Amino acid sequence: MSWIPTTEADRQAMLETIGVADIEELFSSIPAPLRMKSWDIPPGMSEMAVRDHVAALAARNQAGQVSFLGGGYYDHYIPAAVDALSGRSEFYTAYTPYQPERSQGTLQSIYEYQSAMCRLTGMEFANASLYDGGTAVFEAATMAVRITRRHRVVLHPSLNPVYRKMLLTHAANLELDIVEGDDPADAACVIVQNPSFLGTVADYTALGARCREAKALLVVSFYPVSLGLVKTPGEMGADIAIGEGQCLGMPLGFGGPYLGIMATRKDHVRKMPGRIAGETVDREGRRGFVLTLQAREQHIRRTKAMSNICSNQALCALRALIHLSLWGKDGFKELAVACHSKAEYLKKQLGFATVLNDDPTFNEFAVRLPAGARQVCAAMLEHGFVAGLPLADVGAGEPNDLLIAVTEKRSREELDAFARALENVSCS
Amino acid sequence: MQLIYEKSRPGRRALTLDALDVPQAALPADLCRDQDAELPEMAEIDIVRHFTHLSQRNVGIDDTFYPLGSCTMKYNPKIAEVAAAQPGLAQLHPHFSSSPVYEDHCQGAYALIHELERQLAEVAGMKAASLQPIAGAHGELTGALLMAAYHQDKGNAHKDTIIIPDSAHGTNPASAIMAGFKVVEIPSDKDGTIHLDAFEKMLTDNVAGIMLTCPNTHGLFEKDVAKIAQLAHTRDALLYYDGANLNAIVGQCRPGDLGFDVMHYNLHKTFATPHGMGGPGCGPVGVGERLLPYLPGPRVVKEGDRYTLATPEKSIGRVAAFFGNFLIAVRAYAYLRHYGNEGLKEVSRNAVLNANYIHARLKGAYKSAFSARYMHECVFTASSQADKGVHAIDIAKALLDRGFHAPTIYFPLTVKECLMIEPTETESKETLDAFCDAMLEIAALVDSDPESLHAAPVNTPVGRLDEVKAARDLNCACL
Repeated sequence: MSWIPTTEADRQAMLETIGVADIEELFSSIPAPLRMKSWDIPPGMSEMAVRDHVAALAARNQAGQVSFLGGGYYDHYIPAAVDALSGRSEFYTAYTPYQPERSQGTLQSIYEYQSAMCRLTGMEFANASLYDGGTAVFEAATMAVRITRRHRVVLHPSLNPVYRKMLLTHAANLELDIVEGDDPADAACVIVQNPSFLGTVADYTALGARCREAKALLVVSFYPVSLGLVKTPGEMGADIAIGEGQCLGMPLGFGGPYLGIMATRKDHVRKMPGRIAGETVDREGRRGFVLTLQAREQHIRRTKAMSNICSNQALCALRALIHLSLWGKDGFKELAVACHSKAEYLKKQLGFATVLNDDPTFNEFAVRLPAGARQVCAAMLEHGFVAGLPLADVGAGEPNDLLIAVTEKRSREELDAFARALENVSCS
Repeated sequence: MQLIYEKSRPGRRALTLDALDVPQAALPADLCRDQDAELPEMAEIDIVRHFTHLSQRNVGIDDTFYPLGSCTMKYNPKIAEVAAAQPGLAQLHPHFSSSPVYEDHCQGAYALIHELERQLAEVAGMKAASLQPIAGAHGELTGALLMAAYHQDKGNAHKDTIIIPDSAHGTNPASAIMAGFKVVEIPSDKDGTIHLDAFEKMLTDNVAGIMLTCPNTHGLFEKDVAKIAQLAHTRDALLYYDGANLNAIVGQCRPGDLGFDVMHYNLHKTFATPHGMGGPGCGPVGVGERLLPYLPGPRVVKEGDRYTLATPEKSIGRVAAFFGNFLIAVRAYAYLRHYGNEGLKEVSRNAVLNANYIHARLKGAYKSAFSARYMHECVFTASSQADKGVHAIDIAKALLDRGFHAPTIYFPLTVKECLMIEPTETESKETLDAFCDAMLEIAALVDSDPESLHAAPVNTPVGRLDEVKAARDLNCACL
């Protein structure tokens, strides 16, 4: 077989060294009645056939339209160097850094990623990443429960409905009292999202102050690209900042792999779940990095662990770090300005619809169309546009409501053509 | 090596955008951050060199033999990367699955998900599988949530406890706790497998399930697994299969046929997707008949030639935003399709052959932890070396000096001074021989030059690191 190098001669020599007649003998500890009889797996395919087969499946997906679909996951440009560097096999095919002396590349990149997340969010500590933005909401909720020893988790209306569903599934059997609203009284935390699922940018500083007074934590779920411009969770007094890092160099990929970001304040770092890389020295005083605070983790603490998380998303975290480094301090701000400005430009072209956001938005906003959003989206496909997310389909609006996202990839020509087509389709 | 932030110089740039082709807009000042994020300011070439140098301070399976027991570091085939990089898959927006208006957009992806779920279920003798869980431990949590849903549905409110062997991965107890269960630990017997009498005593009416790794983390097939399943089912307790070591038995026996009700697969282990320094993984969950109605939803279902979504009647809900780590699943799909029916059987045969070969070559120099027949990994204890002052960690570091990654030494907790070695099927006899030669040389040095082993590693980018200082003088970010 292609990926097994053993020859028949090797096999014979190895069996002789082991002292058995054939490989079957090596499976003697499996009781005979338990051995497999048959299965319905298709025959193998050559590498060339696999390539053609997957290409044919990919071709069955529709693609090629100009997209305005967001809803927490965005079609941002991925700089070429992100793929080139994160694809280096010394990163790509490595494991969790259990032998730090030979995994300094992993560990230093995690340390630098943690630093980038702190600088981005205005927080003091970050972990080495979590699975994605939705599981980060769950981990933040349980972290707040550990810190406050309270059990009420308040979900602000700004939160992505997908995250809400995921939280309910994950917390089904835990002593959590999950309620809607923004009242921090007796709460472990209030979880807000900024910009909101519908794109509204707000300042949660006052809510943060109310949380502190009530001894509840403020958890802010953020959209990383917005932090090129928008007030940070740290500036708003957040205790835990979480986010979906897909926009930082991860392909959309039909749902993953993505990147869960988590950062917190100094007081709470020992209650934070997940891997953390820390700086130290070797015997000669040279700087090096190790996984640290491992006593919080499942492999040491077992039933008393902060979380069951074992793997993080190290490769995705590396992609985010490279992505942010390529944009750099000024470039990242310009990226945010471009996204915001293009969305504002489009918003102004949509006079025939009602913008549902009362307050400022970043690069995404919701409109109420003169016709059903689903029908409009179907018709827009004919014009070469993916018009956005019909909000009723995710339980976040009326049948005529559409969520529209704009990234730096959209040109003025595309915005103009989109606005014209949307008006024609909606008002005809 | 310098941090990327130490290489930053004000005004230096890598990427630029085209000039803004719309009027520049401004957010109200009170909604804006005070200062720009202090991201690196560097030219692209310096960024490229920085990460290239970092990569040179790392090793992956493409560099060297990486025999981490229970982690299954096998070769990651390159065709899988080509498959996952198809723009029609990589650029597919997940919200296409949120509205029926976009159903045509994802027919190919749905077909792939549907077929991969079916083949994963078939590989393990399960009724169905769901790709939703995002990592192995997330699959465990999902499995535990499924067990909880089953018992709640049946009115088994008293079933609040899960039995877990002392040799289990730490994720098992942690996941069970997160799903709301209590955990009791069952000791291994001296043979390294579950103590059957102790199990029978522990199996009270309150037991909701048992989580087993099979072969277990001692590398041994659980010889009483059929009896354990029968006893458990008599009490309406469910059997969870931790798929971490599925590589040992794929094509030889199937968890579903052994009596397991629910399991997770580590696609990065058995199905060779890259580990990425510890993630992303992908941890689909498989279920037998009993747990079928509770699977996470929505699920891809086939109606004629078309695919659409449906949520099982008693679904626990969503554990992932969409369909798990889809692009990882695509890699596993390419792997499965390449090997197919007969090829998969060769995987386990060669994995087990290689582990037993290493065991045969090293058992004279290192003490085998157990006397039973090892499967895909062998476990030694360096206890006799430790008596002479050389510990498992010294042996591990000496291996790094000799160009190999080290075996797992921190686990299982049941074996002192453990060396858990898993070669996988993708290593040649020459590689195994070179590794064994290094291990034998190290064993000889225990008597002749133990100081050289205490000093190891010396051929690595940094020497032995002070882990206590890292925790005491906590510095996790440069601000």
